[in-house]
Amino acid sequence: MGRVGTVVAVAGALGVAAARAARTAVGRQRARLTSVPGPTEARRTGHPRRWQVVTVDRPPEQVLPSAVWPEPLRRLGDAVEVEVARAPGGRGTELAARVRPHADWPGLSAHLLGDDPSLLVRRTLWQVKQLAETGEVLRADRMPDERGPVVPDVRPSSDGPQR
Amino acid sequence: MRALCWTSGGELTVGQVPDPELRNDHDVIVRVRRSATCGADLSLLAGQTPGLAAGDVLGHEFLGDVIEVGPQVRRHRVGDRVVVCASVACGACWYCRRGLPSCCDNGSTDPIANEAQWGHPVAGCFGQPRAAGGFAGSHAEYVRVPYADVGAFPVPESVGDDRAVFASDAAPTGWLGAEGAEVRPGDVVAVWGAGAVGQLAARAAWLLGAERVIVVDRHPARLLMARQHIGVETIDQRDSDVSAQLREFSGGRGPDVCVEAVGGPAGEHRTLADRFTGRTRVPEAVREAVYACRKGGSVFVLNGAAGHVDAFPVGTVVHKALTVRGGRQHGQRHIPMLLDRMARDELRTEHLATHHFPLERAAEGYALFRDRPDECLRAVFTPH
Repeated sequence: MGRVGTVVAVAGALGVAAARAARTAVGRQRARLTSVPGPTEARRTGHPRRWQVVTVDRPPEQVLPSAVWPEPLRRLGDAVEVEVARAPGGRGTELAARVRPHADWPGLSAHLLGDDPSLLVRRTLWQVKQLAETGEVLRADRMPDERGPVVPDVRPSSDGPQR
Repeated sequence: MRALCWTSGGELTVGQVPDPELRNDHDVIVRVRRSATCGADLSLLAGQTPGLAAGDVLGHEFLGDVIEVGPQVRRHRVGDRVVVCASVACGACWYCRRGLPSCCDNGSTDPIANEAQWGHPVAGCFGQPRAAGGFAGSHAEYVRVPYADVGAFPVPESVGDDRAVFASDAAPTGWLGAEGAEVRPGDVVAVWGAGAVGQLAARAAWLLGAERVIVVDRHPARLLMARQHIGVETIDQRDSDVSAQLREFSGGRGPDVCVEAVGGPAGEHRTLADRFTGRTRVPEAVREAVYACRKGGSVFVLNGAAGHVDAFPVGTVVHKALTVRGGRQHGQRHIPMLLDRMARDELRTEHLATHHFPLERAAEGYALFRDRPDECLRAVFTPH
């Protein structure tokens, strides 16, 4: 992540606030992303506050249009801090996020966190990446637990799917 | 609709499940014409790959007719006969844009689970556990196909269903083995495994200009098929010193290129004791290939079911300056070319479909494929 042309943001806020934060934090050191939290912090928070990072194969201005966080990140509200930087070698954008210490997780997020909030952060980053690269978040087919039990059946083929 | 499902007892049953639906804008729904069994499924059924849930629909190698298209689909219309790449890739990420769709970043609906398994997310696949994609399989009347503009390809009219179905997985996998190992004109190539993928890797080696192609297996009927349909020489592992014979075939040098295409060993279970002690399988074919390959040669590993293995001769790789590579098929890149070759009769695959079953007898087809009492190479299901 080169420093020249790097856009670095530390924000958990929405819209204008995020844009302001992005502008004011330009030039923040890349070293921040590689720092490993010490045992004291991990003990205090229950989790090492490691940065979760994905590389998005699009330039920062596409990942962060108008410096507004994409929808999946906005859902995390103030609970995370985020950094954005141009990736080396023309590989797009490095998008990093980590949990803020003592973050209050909003609504459903808090319910979904389980034992490790970094998993939700990582999943969210992957969703942002998918949105930027493909225009959609890929959805799974209905899983067996959504569909109910299989009904044994040997009826002849139907003419088309029943809808 | 009807579909072949895995049940909680590890058995297979054909049952009624809800029809697939468009879940993303780039999806199409395909009415399945042919869906083939694959050796990769056997390791699933043998319990070597965790994560199958009762009710999961199996199958990933298929073709069919498009019956419904999502609003962002540009290349397909209702009524198109398409072969669908068994792996799911977006066509838009860094890896896809560099011709490595099996490494796609966006092909799985659960990249976190994928990372846990392989270190990074890779392309998804139909008919696998959720962690490997989240897409129902093709042993069904209908299938939803994500990223359809990227992974579904119109089949030339002159190419029949029994030929085209293998363009979904076996043919691009075999092609990758030969191309990825960089087969060059004049090369001596050895392929381990005379199943569908092995035979098609051997055929790909011919098409890339190999001077001599040798297929190694322990099933005489498969070796006979490889001789008859692919025109290769064969070595029966049961009564041969494979390395010595390969040296004979190659002027004492060893093959320039070795391709491992043995697939998952049918029915081999890791026992509870194996799991407790961490004992892993020995990759016999890969090990044999590494010993046999000439110095400075190339070994390509296609067996995705290999998982974790041990007792690998790393020192041989170093001392002989070998290049060892592996990969899952890059069908999104290769299928159009393979269909063209099929249309020109350069690539014939019908003989691989040794047995046909209607979908309601699919469980029987798998038993035959697994136990091979009737020399079944591939069972192919016709849902309609």
